[in-house]
Amino acid sequence: MKPTIRLALVTTMAALLAACSSVKLEDETAGGKGPAPIESRDGAGGAAAAGAGGRAVEQVSVGATDPLNDPSSPLAKRSIYFDFDSFVVKDEYRATIEAHARYLLANSAKRVVIQGNTDERGSREYNLALGQKRAEAVRRAMSALGVPDRQMEAVSFGEERPRASGTDEASYAENRRADLAYQ
Amino acid sequence: MRRLFLALCFALALPVGHAQMRIDVSGVGATQYPIAIASFATDGRVPQDIASVVRGDLARSGAFRVIDPQATLSDTSSINFPDLRARGVDSVLAGSVARLADGRYDIRFRLSDAVRQSTIGGESLVVSEADLRFGAHRVADWVYERITGEKGIFSTRIAFVSKQGNRFKLNVADWDGENVVSPLTSPEPIISPSWSSDGTRLAYVSFELKKPVVYVHTLATGQRKAVANFKGSNSAPAWSPDGRTLAVALTQDGLSQIYLIGSDGSGSPRRLTSSAGIDTEPVFAPDGKSIYFTSDRGGSPQIYRIGVGGGDATRITFGSSYNVSPRISPDGKTLAYLTRREGRFLVAVRDLANGGETLLSESGREESPSFAPNGRWVMYATQSGGRDSLVAVSIDGRVRQRLTSNAGDIREPTWGPFAK
Repeated sequence: MKPTIRLALVTTMAALLAACSSVKLEDETAGGKGPAPIESRDGAGGAAAAGAGGRAVEQVSVGATDPLNDPSSPLAKRSIYFDFDSFVVKDEYRATIEAHARYLLANSAKRVVIQGNTDERGSREYNLALGQKRAEAVRRAMSALGVPDRQMEAVSFGEERPRASGTDEASYAENRRADLAYQ
Repeated sequence: MRRLFLALCFALALPVGHAQMRIDVSGVGATQYPIAIASFATDGRVPQDIASVVRGDLARSGAFRVIDPQATLSDTSSINFPDLRARGVDSVLAGSVARLADGRYDIRFRLSDAVRQSTIGGESLVVSEADLRFGAHRVADWVYERITGEKGIFSTRIAFVSKQGNRFKLNVADWDGENVVSPLTSPEPIISPSWSSDGTRLAYVSFELKKPVVYVHTLATGQRKAVANFKGSNSAPAWSPDGRTLAVALTQDGLSQIYLIGSDGSGSPRRLTSSAGIDTEPVFAPDGKSIYFTSDRGGSPQIYRIGVGGGDATRITFGSSYNVSPRISPDGKTLAYLTRREGRFLVAVRDLANGGETLLSESGREESPSFAPNGRWVMYATQSGGRDSLVAVSIDGRVRQRLTSNAGDIREPTWGPFAK
């Protein structure tokens, strides 16, 4: 087996394992369950290098976390909410969409599925089409920022996978949204 | 140990899978034919009471007043007509069931006119033990057609989706909710089941690939194929009358539009509609020449009709800012759909010739209307009473049958074709 193929397999397995985990983003970074960090062990330039016969080692990590897994990154925001009967991306989500567009442009191997959702009122199939209209609005906004089509897919869950199950306006509002799901 | 665990899971899962349906009927038809249905003569070893299934079918139809003469009459018995006439009976059904040497059952029946004291007709049919109930439904169909002049729907089946916890099932059952079998179980939603006109296949939308994909599923073999899995969402399958084509809603070119594909998944999709908005929920007219669908091209979702060759679409519905989910009656003359009135979602039927509209539902939380193959009933899903259930209502709105399940919410009903 060629090393590149083996590496690809390992990466795929890691992605699959990550997908199986239900640990929240915050826990992943805090608990160190994310990808193993690249560790610097040569000690050169370490702050403590001058002490104790030059044998002290300061351990430095670089490139450890994908910004996708950083809860303080704007990329941690993955939901865009819509007003009732509306399919317009509101200005308050502009920064979120720009951050994701920048990330996708910088990581051409990454792919995102934009999942549209609606509240439960009315026809399931028409709601599926309305959810698609929300996902499509987000996809177009990212496309306008230069994200290639091959990195994006707009799909709809319609009313089928509600985040809130109530029949009140607060629940309906929670379900009028598009989610960004990285593959 | 692992094998034992799996075996235990299987044993525990069995009772849960056996769904029990309950049917509640209200109202009666404008005309009720009084009929006496005697118990069928048997040798005592027939595991299904044929007459009671026939009585249940005819009574629930609302078109019959069923009298049980509390007697067993075979198809060859002589009948005391004056006695039955005194109880208001117009016709009498008698019959027998006998087990054949090959293990199958021979059902024979005779329908008599109590007024003229003469035989109207009779037949015999041979069925396997598993099909005894189906045989009884066929007897009911025969009686219904002889007396009302219209084909009966008692031997037809319905498909619907149930949800229990996070498990979704596609189900097939007799029209009265009995004999439930589940061709598909999934952890992800299933919507929009649609029968092929020969009743052998179901098309539906499954989210098992984390997006809506259209499948065609052959019931007898369990074989299933993703026939529309294009970029974006794939949904709303509808069969052409000849079973060769599916109309589907695809989003590969942006918003939802209607395309035609081969029902075996062959060929590339042919785009039928081109609007700047949403086009979805296609359904073929019975002659296969045009398609009714939902579109918001005029600013609000309404039902339109377009030829299968394309061209201009004609708007069909008015009078509400939300008219969706079109279904066309088997004679092509009546449209059933979902309409929103003052925030309530109701099932309506419209006479396509004169535009006359009748609201068939009352609770205001309805969806997914579907015609019975004889056009006399519309079935829909409702959320009234705190849980999802199914209602079949006669086209004149007089008789209502509500189906509930002990296995969670049931919805997305679709009425199958006449049994072959």
